[in-house]
Amino acid sequence: MTSTTETRANLSVRYFAWMREHTGTDMETITLPAGVVNVGDLVPHLTAMSDGHALALKNMKAVRVAVNRAYGDLDTPVSAGDEVAFFPPVTGG
Amino acid sequence: MSVRVQTEDFDVGVESRALQAETVGGIALFVGTVRGLSSDDGVTAMTLEHFPGMTESELERIEAEARQRWPLEDVTIIHRVGRLLPGEQIVMVAAASAHRQAAFDAAQFIMDFLKTDAPFWKAEERDGKTNWVEAKDSDDAARARWNG
Repeated sequence: MTSTTETRANLSVRYFAWMREHTGTDMETITLPAGVVNVGDLVPHLTAMSDGHALALKNMKAVRVAVNRAYGDLDTPVSAGDEVAFFPPVTGG
Repeated sequence: MSVRVQTEDFDVGVESRALQAETVGGIALFVGTVRGLSSDDGVTAMTLEHFPGMTESELERIEAEARQRWPLEDVTIIHRVGRLLPGEQIVMVAAASAHRQAAFDAAQFIMDFLKTDAPFWKAEERDGKTNWVEAKDSDDAARARWNG
């Protein structure tokens, strides 16, 4: 019953605020691309997904990153099962 | 100790009384509200989005850092999300301590870190258009002065 695809290494990717609007999604599950070991490696795979993704992730200096809900950066390691979130600098309070 | 993210409003009197205790000598309580039509902005409403799960863990981390720096008896952090109108309460930070200086300082510290670290985003409505608020350098500067 279980297919082999279910055992592939998945990654949850989340977007917030204007990044969510540009990508058109708040969360997507992708297969961890071969050779991706950190957030920086992942970004080109995401920008290739759509024009909206490319726009959202165009200027990574304007974007903050969290891996498994803790702040990280482009060097933060990612592996199967992780949740990677991209969002603009925060504006609460 | 409590960190709450909620759509509903809160009662400052109730929250203040909840922090009163025999060991407490002072409660510093900050309330942030939606600045609207009376200012130059002309904001008619704002909507707050957040990152459920990460927001709470960041606020708890900020509270824990404050407790390491000052002798605090108790802390309450409440932040609202959803659509809010000018004049409405957005955020409350209350710090209770034996002495006032720790309470004042901790409340300010928590607000400064909340502004730069807690994953909330504001979208403002102005002239019928909705725009995401940009982060301010002055908020980064307010946080930075606590370093070192």
